[in-house]
Amino acid sequence: MSPSRPAILFFFLILASVAVTFVSLRTGAVEVTWAEMLGGEGSTGARVFRVMRVPRALMGFLCGGALGICGAALQGLFRNPLADPALVGVSGGASLGAVGGIVFAGPLLGASSYALPVCAFLGALAATFLVQAIASQNGRVLVSTLLLAGIAVNALTGAGIGWMVYGANDSQLRDFTFWSLGSLAGTGWHSVFSSLPFVVLSTVLLIWRGRTLNALSLGESDAWHMGAPVESAKRSILVASALAVGASTAFTGTIGFIGLVAPHVVRIFCGADHRVVLPASFLVGGCLLTGADVLARIARAPAEVPVGIVVATIGAPFFVALLMRGKGQGM
Amino acid sequence: MKWVIAALAALTSAALAEAPSRIVSVGGAATETVFALGAGETVVGVDTSSVYPEKATALPQVGYQRMLSAEGIASLKPDLVILAATAGPPAAIEQLEKLGIPMLRLQEGYNVGATIARVQQIGTALGRTSQADEICRKIQADATAIPSPRHPTARVLFVMSAGGGAPLVAGSGTAADAVITLAGAKNVGGDFSGYKQLSPEALVALDPEVVVTTSRTIKAVTSGELLPGLAQTAAGRNARLIVMDDLYLLGFGPRVGEALAEFSKKLADYRLSAGR
Repeated sequence: MSPSRPAILFFFLILASVAVTFVSLRTGAVEVTWAEMLGGEGSTGARVFRVMRVPRALMGFLCGGALGICGAALQGLFRNPLADPALVGVSGGASLGAVGGIVFAGPLLGASSYALPVCAFLGALAATFLVQAIASQNGRVLVSTLLLAGIAVNALTGAGIGWMVYGANDSQLRDFTFWSLGSLAGTGWHSVFSSLPFVVLSTVLLIWRGRTLNALSLGESDAWHMGAPVESAKRSILVASALAVGASTAFTGTIGFIGLVAPHVVRIFCGADHRVVLPASFLVGGCLLTGADVLARIARAPAEVPVGIVVATIGAPFFVALLMRGKGQGM
Repeated sequence: MKWVIAALAALTSAALAEAPSRIVSVGGAATETVFALGAGETVVGVDTSSVYPEKATALPQVGYQRMLSAEGIASLKPDLVILAATAGPPAAIEQLEKLGIPMLRLQEGYNVGATIARVQQIGTALGRTSQADEICRKIQADATAIPSPRHPTARVLFVMSAGGGAPLVAGSGTAADAVITLAGAKNVGGDFSGYKQLSPEALVALDPEVVVTTSRTIKAVTSGELLPGLAQTAAGRNARLIVMDDLYLLGFGPRVGEALAEFSKKLADYRLSAGR
């Protein structure tokens, strides 16, 4: 018996994840020797490895993975291939929270590296719950209204950001611009440990909802008649997206594109079964972000390029190439 | 063999205790100060705002001062990182701390006293206190020699445009506001804080007598007017425009006394008549 397509996909994805992690741990401005990687003491290289490289590689997977799997779940929920975590207000809310923190709580931000992520996370949660509240009627979430509510709340957060930016001074403006370009440069163990529980919890929750998402792809009423827990699935997908993407991008800043693209990459190879697409999107998203981060840190060393720019610059042509190839095979 | 290494190590650490030999300097004024103290050849990396002296621009770049990368800085193997008060983000500075890289965080403040304190901070860290004293004496002398303007409340407006974007006017709390005030004039933008965009009407209402801008802004503004509505103001009608180098005028570095004196002299040369 030959192995199934998903099995081959997962084999290659795990291989790719290991390879990308390895490259990420090995690459950077500072030369880290093998001895330093395997537990050398005291030297700069050893400290760089432990304080920065390891948490950074992990954070790339956590954040990229969260974006990938949430994008896949939301595309399933909306039955729309253009959906991504930004659509339900996560990114807009996080940006509003971040710029609010930068403008109004400047001294606090200087005092603690947790302050800005907390602001961004709270913003993401607030915006997503607002979207959900607008779209709720008699205890049901209407998906069509959800889409419009998402657009409305995004416009509102955009306006809020506009007001803040207008009132901000030069350095606040610069801080916010760089935050919104996204970067893994400041990642430490604190960011990994803070976002890990949210990402793991949400990932488990979403993978568990894979079967319901498959039913939903037939249409909401058909899914309901099949006995799928439609309403609770909708809510858990929204909550999971807010928690996972909110908690991870709070530390890294806005990172677009991955949530949109990772699920497509997976579907090009192995169809639309959410039980495969969800976990595979996590791995693809993680590989994309961690890989892009390697380039971000070596492209202009010893300075660093915001990873969001790298993701879009490398990712978009790659995605187009995949689409062209898919078209050739009649997909 | 072992004792040779031990002796070498002892020698190096003794040298380290005396003066840092590999400095990463973040902040235009900080870099300028290190060079002014005669320690320019020990600088191994600078940020994007370090544009003076010319030699500094050829050094490895660690990026924008508010978006530093700890690993990037560590790769230059510095034994001292000088950080302007604006340097960040906090996460990167925490990481530098964890890497055990010695750091010198400079005081903030747009005034002569704070500038002198910063020069002293750097001078002490570099073991060049006598040179630092000399620079401070010169700053003090230049600053006290500022000619008092004819009209002590000459109404001045500072405008700059970052990268050819919309021109922004300096309000209170900015380095430009401090320079204008120190020169004995009045910043007409002082009623708002930070850099703000100004409508042409508001500009006419403020009616500045002199407009100050930076040479980088002049380079960026390629088409026509520096600021819409300027022609309708006293400054525009009489073509009173002062252009000075960004870092020189606003950096509050070792040349601050000189810059203030030059700026005040230019203001005084307009002989603005009292009682307008």
